[in-house]
Amino acid sequence: MRIWLGLVCLGLWGAALWAQGGGVTPQELLKPLKEQWPTYNGDYSGRRYSLLKEVNTATVKNLSLAWMIRLTPGMPQAGGGGGRGRFAPPSTAKRIVGGEGTGDLQLGGGTIKASVLMVDGTLYFSMPDNAWAVDARDGRELWHYYWKTKGGTHIGNRGLAMWNNYLYMETPDNYLVSLEAKTGKERWHKPIADLEQGYFSTPAPVVAGNHVLVGTGNDIDSPGFLQSFDPETGELQWKTYMVPMKKGDPGLETWASLDAARHGGGQTWIPGAYDPETKLYIIGTGNPTPAYTTGKRGDGDNLYTCSLVALDVETGKIRWHYQTSPHDLHDYDSAQTPILADLPFNGKMRKLVMTAARNGYFFTLDRVTGERLVSAKYGMHTNWAKGLNRNGAPEHDPVKDPTVGGALVSPTAEGTVNWQPPAFSLDTGLFYVPEWNAFSIFYLTDLDPRGSMGLGGKEEVGVGSPGDYLSAIDYKTGKVVWRHRWYGMGGSGGLLATAGGLVFAGDGQSNFVAHDARTGKPLWHTRIGNISNAPQTYLLDGHQYVTVATGDTLWAFVLN
Amino acid sequence: MLAPAVLAQRSGGFVPGQKRPPGDPVEIARGKQVYGISCRSCHGADLRGGDMGGPNLLRSQLALADRAGELIVPVIQGSLARSGMPAIPMSPEDAKAVSAYVRSVMDTIGGQGKPPSEMAPPSILVGNAGEGEKFFGQKCAGCHAVTGDLRGIATRLADPKVLQNTWVAGVVRRGGFGTPRSTKPTLVTLTPKTGAKVEGKLVRMDAFQVTLELEDGTIRSFGRDGEAPRVEVKNPLQPHIDMLPQLTDQNMHDVTAYLVTIK
Repeated sequence: MRIWLGLVCLGLWGAALWAQGGGVTPQELLKPLKEQWPTYNGDYSGRRYSLLKEVNTATVKNLSLAWMIRLTPGMPQAGGGGGRGRFAPPSTAKRIVGGEGTGDLQLGGGTIKASVLMVDGTLYFSMPDNAWAVDARDGRELWHYYWKTKGGTHIGNRGLAMWNNYLYMETPDNYLVSLEAKTGKERWHKPIADLEQGYFSTPAPVVAGNHVLVGTGNDIDSPGFLQSFDPETGELQWKTYMVPMKKGDPGLETWASLDAARHGGGQTWIPGAYDPETKLYIIGTGNPTPAYTTGKRGDGDNLYTCSLVALDVETGKIRWHYQTSPHDLHDYDSAQTPILADLPFNGKMRKLVMTAARNGYFFTLDRVTGERLVSAKYGMHTNWAKGLNRNGAPEHDPVKDPTVGGALVSPTAEGTVNWQPPAFSLDTGLFYVPEWNAFSIFYLTDLDPRGSMGLGGKEEVGVGSPGDYLSAIDYKTGKVVWRHRWYGMGGSGGLLATAGGLVFAGDGQSNFVAHDARTGKPLWHTRIGNISNAPQTYLLDGHQYVTVATGDTLWAFVLN
Repeated sequence: MLAPAVLAQRSGGFVPGQKRPPGDPVEIARGKQVYGISCRSCHGADLRGGDMGGPNLLRSQLALADRAGELIVPVIQGSLARSGMPAIPMSPEDAKAVSAYVRSVMDTIGGQGKPPSEMAPPSILVGNAGEGEKFFGQKCAGCHAVTGDLRGIATRLADPKVLQNTWVAGVVRRGGFGTPRSTKPTLVTLTPKTGAKVEGKLVRMDAFQVTLELEDGTIRSFGRDGEAPRVEVKNPLQPHIDMLPQLTDQNMHDVTAYLVTIK
């Protein structure tokens, strides 16, 4: 039986050379982003910079709709319907149901925030508890997998990972689920964290070599960790905590006690970038907990929360770290996608990693050593720090911590940017990022000397925004080279840069916009609704497609 | 860690959808009594840690994962003695009752891990009313008067926190994330390259178009091409928005201390 199945698989593998639905080999994942989109950020660099240029500053005016599809999450109904009843295109999609819950919990989360994989003419993407395969040519649903949940925060799911013919999805109730890409059939699912302890999982896994790298999240004072699983069997390979867990662990001196460290947070809720040369997986970590009160955390830096952390993918060992928000007190976690590039710096080629953090500061580091090269404020009104510390990281100003009388602070806890992927163009050398500059008053509401728990102990009230922008940062100086003013909180799903000289973004007024990457000038737009995921692009039949999601709907555009 | 505005959804404690089976009220009451005698001095009356150094039980990963005493009871009986948690003399039934009590308090943890037993928020009045009056005279009196539009403001907005949020934002602001919107219309004047000016209330605007409600109630939209037409926007909140980057916390607290006297 096993041998027979194996032969069938081999047959399908051969067919993949000319038919649709083929897999992605680990070698293909090493290529720079072009025809396909085989991993969360398109390629390992995190740049979201596509080499495609059929759609460019001259032709983008002719970009128009190829297809759209509206997805219906939840327990599959007979006949499908795509949310539009009898007006929807007929669906013959396969329906697959898995999960350990009872199937009667509906917790929402029906929005596509995921990055969409495009491999061999098929799109694969997710909402919490749901995965789909869709034909990349016409948007037809091929299969829908539904996971019956046990619970957990259903705030979003960042997408799937792929390795050969297998897909991987994390669920809000903390399972890693592996599916057959062709059929949506489940291969296995493995527990990755404990729901009862408050963990919930939103990240897209990332496959590096024979490692499926899996992050997770938590809001109630639990330690953050990154895990690696075997892509074939789902067995755990390693688990690395982002806070000290025992005596002698590095960074313990930055906490008042081991107990505080073990409840210190540092979650891994956004996928990182991977450098195949050094085998370093570089990921940004979440805030310390309790988030808004020092309490038993002590006055130290609270490592490795709010840091860029570089891990050896083979062992999970931490090679270096750089903390971008020491002793955070505003929920400004530093989980934002880091971007890798080899670029000139002070007359020398350097292997760099860059990040625009939620706290309003931009950083350029050497990604081999973690040496800091640039730190600069990019949030126009960012005011929570009193300057840079000896490591070049912003140092919190105690009067701008949550206070009894209220502290007027920019950015809000939402951040100058949140989970939205930034982009980097190798043509312009510019780092593109949403820049949100709103102010909140942060009130400390709980004076308990033990500190609060989770995200408690404060009240935050939004009081106004002087303006939000699409911003382009020079990686050599951290200076903002241009800003494009949005009439709303644009960039809500993230960004895409292309070799066609374009940057794609939502504008916060329901428009999907293509900008000139050199100046920010809008060159094309279409009003399709509020953008919920990062724009993406792929090549099919010689034509460049651009996709983006608005809530439960995925749109594809081509030059017609 | 996540965007807070979208985290409101939950049911059944801090883990959405995760309703624990209700415990036996008699057992919980017994457990509360035993906890008060044998656990409280170290772990605190509210289970969040006490003066004698016992850790916060409400965020204990072991306690959170406990379903029926199977994890908590052995600890009470001394399984963690080497880590400093001594065996506590009590019957197995009482230990199980304590675990039921701990679980019942965990059920009251709020969303995003908020503790159930927060202290009453302190008064936010920390400023100097005299300084606030001076600042008001210099920066606010051009538009506002405590004998005019702000007459009785501290009576209308009796909570000093709401009063502070409101005068900073420029619109009544009882709480909440996000950008406040004025209750008064934003007025827009369009000046085309040729032809007459158009005035109206702003409906919406982006880089490509502006939509207005004209005086007669008609809704009209106008395409934008760079600087044409010229668009002048009068957001009633703009002076307050312009103030945000300049306003120090000291000034803010002082003005609030002054305004609470305007009954």
